[in-house]
Amino acid sequence: MGGIVQFENVGLRYGTGAETLSDISFTLAAGAFHFLTGPSGAGKTSLLKLLYLAQRPSRGLIRLFGEDIVTMPRSRLPGFRRRIGVVFQDFRLVPYLSAYDNVALPLRLAGVSEKELDGPVREMLAWVGLGNRASARPATLSGGEQQRVAIARAVIGRPELLLADEPTGNVDPDMAGRLIHLFDALNKLGTTIVVATHDVHLIGRIGHAQMMRLDRGRLNDPTGMLRHPPARPA
Amino acid sequence: MRLPARFLSAESRLMPDTRLVGPMPWVIAIMMFLMVLAAAGGLALTQAARSMGGNLADQATVQIVEANADKREAQAKSAIDVLSHHAAVSAVRRVPDAEMQKLLEPWLGDEIMGTDLPMPVLIDVTLRPGASVDALSQALRNAAPAARVDDHSRTLAPLTGLIAALRWLAAALVLLMAAATAAVVVLAARGALNTHRSTIDVMHLLGATDIQIARLFQRRIAIDALMGGLLGLAGAACVVVLIGMRMAALGSEWMGMVSLSVPAWISLALLPVAGMVLAMLSARWTVVAALRRIL
Repeated sequence: MGGIVQFENVGLRYGTGAETLSDISFTLAAGAFHFLTGPSGAGKTSLLKLLYLAQRPSRGLIRLFGEDIVTMPRSRLPGFRRRIGVVFQDFRLVPYLSAYDNVALPLRLAGVSEKELDGPVREMLAWVGLGNRASARPATLSGGEQQRVAIARAVIGRPELLLADEPTGNVDPDMAGRLIHLFDALNKLGTTIVVATHDVHLIGRIGHAQMMRLDRGRLNDPTGMLRHPPARPA
Repeated sequence: MRLPARFLSAESRLMPDTRLVGPMPWVIAIMMFLMVLAAAGGLALTQAARSMGGNLADQATVQIVEANADKREAQAKSAIDVLSHHAAVSAVRRVPDAEMQKLLEPWLGDEIMGTDLPMPVLIDVTLRPGASVDALSQALRNAAPAARVDDHSRTLAPLTGLIAALRWLAAALVLLMAAATAAVVVLAARGALNTHRSTIDVMHLLGATDIQIARLFQRRIAIDALMGGLLGLAGAACVVVLIGMRMAALGSEWMGMVSLSVPAWISLALLPVAGMVLAMLSARWTVVAALRRIL
């Protein structure tokens, strides 16, 4: 079965060191919701880097949206990146831009006009509880507020694939609940979601989510469900 | 919050507004100052060469050097007759005695024409474009054996050669300054890339193309280059005007030829714009080349 993401025997090595990820094989069906778990240093962030096209694998095959991205010329990568939303663990907000401009950035890069983006950006900021902080720069926002701006930026473009690295690490339980509800809503609209987290409470909130557990750079898939996921009911 | 009216203004805020605080605009101002001076020198020499060419290059002087006054006069008439009908000649003029006296006065005093000192007859000849002076010598050999033909272009050859060399030197200096300016921009762009690496990484991951990122840098660098260039142009223009005033004060006909025409001034005024375009292209090339090393 062809999924939105396919990994086959993927390995990742930084420089000449040992492999950070080894023999990773899985398929993400369109519209799937996965939690990526594992101890610190297991390779979760590295796996996400491969998914959001910040790294090319050292070996193996990766197909994204039906195309081989390992051998794809880099000039085509921006188009693929725009179909992916990413919530970085360290937020990675542009420090010189306001919360509004940070959230609007993916739309501006995609060529959306100011008139068209204003409504969605304000709506998204209001949704993450930052409607009154639109003009604030990241340095003046708390860690939780920065994380919410990062989440708003990741989802503003309605990505086909949403990747989040510890997205609720800096927010209170109430906000964590709202954010995971947002992810669930996006997932119901068809967005494929991968959330890397240690938060077991979070995992329990999405009943239909599948687990991907990494351990020492290897993906645990004893039943082969990750490699060959069952078809989702229509 | 007041939103930016256009995407470009928001995009430009991805990096802090630090124009004219780094060394680059000032270095470009110095480069432009020197470039404008070199270009002004080259253009002035071009103007001088053109004036010289127009005034003297198609001119020749025929001297009838004969001690016997009757023979001299007869040969002069024959020579004028021959020259007037010669295909290579467009105009013939015998230099009047009064003009001759004026020419010789500095060396021989003001009463030279009344003495028995034999004076040559001078005939100014204007040649048709491309005509050879040698043909005149051939034609005058029988009609005026005492005639000597002075070709002004040959006389001026060393001077025109010097002017041509100086023009090449000026052009080389302009090119060297342009290359140095490009090198400064390359270094500045690399520095800016390193400083803003984290922002660039984020933009890349959000789907920015190399050209979108390069545009950020090239616009800022273009503005810095234009400001530096205008500063350099202003300084150099003051110097050129002052030198022009000093040269005019000399009252020399030769120095008068070394001047700048209106098109030359316009060319100089366009140098900062050319510098800005050069800076933009250098920045774009540097940034895109650096980004290609990132996935």
